[in-house]
Amino acid sequence: MLNIFFALLFYLATLVFALGLLYRINSYARVPAPLKIPTTPAPTTRGGVMLRMTREVVFFESLFKANLWIWALGWLFHTSLLLVILRHLRYFTEPVWGWVAFIQPFGMYAGITMLLGLCGLSARRFFVERIRYISTPSDHLMLFLLIGIAATGLIMSFITKTDLILVKEFFQGLMHFSIGSLPAEWMIILHLFLVSTLLMIFPISKLLHAPGVFFSPSRNQVDNSREQRHLSTWAANLEADK
Amino acid sequence: MADITAPAYRIIPIVPALKPGSMAGKGPYVASEKINEAIGFPGQLVDDWHDRAIGKMGELLSKYRSLKVYMDSCVHCGACSDKCHYFIGTQDPKNMPVARQDLMRSVYRRYFTLPGKVFPKLVGARDLTREVLDEWHNYFYQCSECRRCSVFCPYGIDTAEVTMAAREILDTVGYGQKYSNEIIGKVHKIGNNLGLPPNALVDTLEGLEEDVKEATGIDVRFPIDVHGAEVLLITPSADFFAEPHIDSLIGYAKVFHATGTSWTLSSMSSEAGNFGMFIGNYDQLRAIAMRIRQAALELGVKRIVVGECGHAWRVAYSFWNTLIGVGDGADANDKFAQMLQKQLDHRYKQPMHICEFTWDMIEDERLSFDKSLNDKHIITFHDSCNVARGSRMGDFAGGQFDIPRNIIHAVANNFVEMDPRTTREQTFCCGGGGGLLTDDLLDLRVKGALPRMEVLQQVADEYGVNFMACICAICKAQFSKIMPIYGFDRRMIGGVHQLVSNAIILGETK
Repeated sequence: MLNIFFALLFYLATLVFALGLLYRINSYARVPAPLKIPTTPAPTTRGGVMLRMTREVVFFESLFKANLWIWALGWLFHTSLLLVILRHLRYFTEPVWGWVAFIQPFGMYAGITMLLGLCGLSARRFFVERIRYISTPSDHLMLFLLIGIAATGLIMSFITKTDLILVKEFFQGLMHFSIGSLPAEWMIILHLFLVSTLLMIFPISKLLHAPGVFFSPSRNQVDNSREQRHLSTWAANLEADK
Repeated sequence: MADITAPAYRIIPIVPALKPGSMAGKGPYVASEKINEAIGFPGQLVDDWHDRAIGKMGELLSKYRSLKVYMDSCVHCGACSDKCHYFIGTQDPKNMPVARQDLMRSVYRRYFTLPGKVFPKLVGARDLTREVLDEWHNYFYQCSECRRCSVFCPYGIDTAEVTMAAREILDTVGYGQKYSNEIIGKVHKIGNNLGLPPNALVDTLEGLEEDVKEATGIDVRFPIDVHGAEVLLITPSADFFAEPHIDSLIGYAKVFHATGTSWTLSSMSSEAGNFGMFIGNYDQLRAIAMRIRQAALELGVKRIVVGECGHAWRVAYSFWNTLIGVGDGADANDKFAQMLQKQLDHRYKQPMHICEFTWDMIEDERLSFDKSLNDKHIITFHDSCNVARGSRMGDFAGGQFDIPRNIIHAVANNFVEMDPRTTREQTFCCGGGGGLLTDDLLDLRVKGALPRMEVLQQVADEYGVNFMACICAICKAQFSKIMPIYGFDRRMIGGVHQLVSNAIILGETK
């Protein structure tokens, strides 16, 4: 029963996540940007914009300029999360890829730094007056959700050992549309439930900042308005009338 | 307005404590029926404002990627929360950029997202009520669209885009702002924001020729409506009579004179400013810019040069090519743009900022100066927000910072910088930009100038700075009004070309 529930839950979550995200990305791509609005000074070439975007996505350049505390906590959380996700690839591949095996120990400890980052970000929402003012219940819950995922994961890694062979078999099975059996332990049940929740709310929440940053006109436009005429379809139609 | 006083300087760089509601009910005057109808908006708040506002929001979300992406992407991280000069000066939390955006985002979530429809409280979504609409009118007219927050946002969210959308929605339901809409009416009717009719303009220019002749002994011309001139100068109308703006106009004329450039103003199109941008209305933005296209075509000029004006230069640099084809690189089949682009001389940048023009001439050694004539000034430079973060000068990113400073170095001996956290891309708005340069918002303007006044005070104390140069008509008007409230002499603010005018040597050019 539990196995069927989780099998269906993960199929559903993956579907919602993938289709929802594609739908969002498509909607961002389809809405035109009628005017040139890069925040200047901005790169004057496409290559320069790719560099700017890379610095933004990899190092959080703007956030670094804004506030060192938010930057440190946010960057710690995001890079740790990346390592943790990559480490989890071992549950979906057989044999485990060499580089995934290599980052395994780093990924384990990244779970700890991820939790630290999240707790720091959460603390700001309670203790910094300005941030408290702008925080909605969903802002807090989102952090609690991630803290829950990290905490349950860490407990399984360092305290109560789970039968990971079974877990891996379960997900390998799902990938071939056969339902195996999960270990009947609370920690893994909770961990998987929280992760599937995260996947499903991704396309309808502020987690859309992940695809959003790539579509932000103030960051992704080339500063070449004098050299190249920029015209969106609806703006061009205004000229057809003339 | 006698009760308006300057807020105390902070011990830098502390973040002020919140004073919720401190700027509630301190928004601008509402546009009258006559003002609104003159520019095609409903005269007053329409009965079905709720449905029309939501409809307009949906339309804007489908026309502007910026708005769509910015509504979804904010994570409430707080990076922007202490970056706005109006928040720093007023301490009203709704003047934090993120909170200002949330005034609209909360409505967006309620009507356009699933969680907001199902669990409004959870995600901070709310119905568009009359109270919310009033709050929009109050706080979206306490934003000067200066883009400082967008520099620091990890997703580049630009509150200016949100403010423009909100103002566009307010105008759609007949709830616009008196100042901006009245000015837009004037530019359509008379040709400039100040309502200076063509004959008065001609008289003013003749008077200026006499003044300059008296002061220098040289016949510097201020030509208007000259067909076949090489350069069409588009400058903010304040340059024609306001102090200290007019001194920069004299500076431009001297530069044109000394370099033997044939130039002209246009009586039909005597305004660089474009308040269409301030209210986020594309049709107005375009219609106002079209006057410049028309003047350029009629006068047959080869180049278009723009005077010292911040948002005007943003519109000219970033938008003119899109709106009216002033620029380069139009598609061969693009008849609308080609018509003008074929006429323009593409050996030069189109459009060109007056600072680019002057700096090119200085580099070509076609101008000479007696720098000692500016020795009475110890100068600093205030980067105007829309030039800094919405445009460029020269061939490289950041030329908008270096070129004006290069000019100052070429014409004067004493120059010092203000705190680097308040200059270049991190500059603070003067406090009067974005359609807020009106007396009904004077309290806000005084408070919004606080961060600039703090660092000006530092360099005044430390280096004896007694002149702050800038390249924006709004900055000049705003500072000459509010600096006395902070205890500075109003003549401390002036244009870069005012300094050029002081030091330029006429009649001796090579």
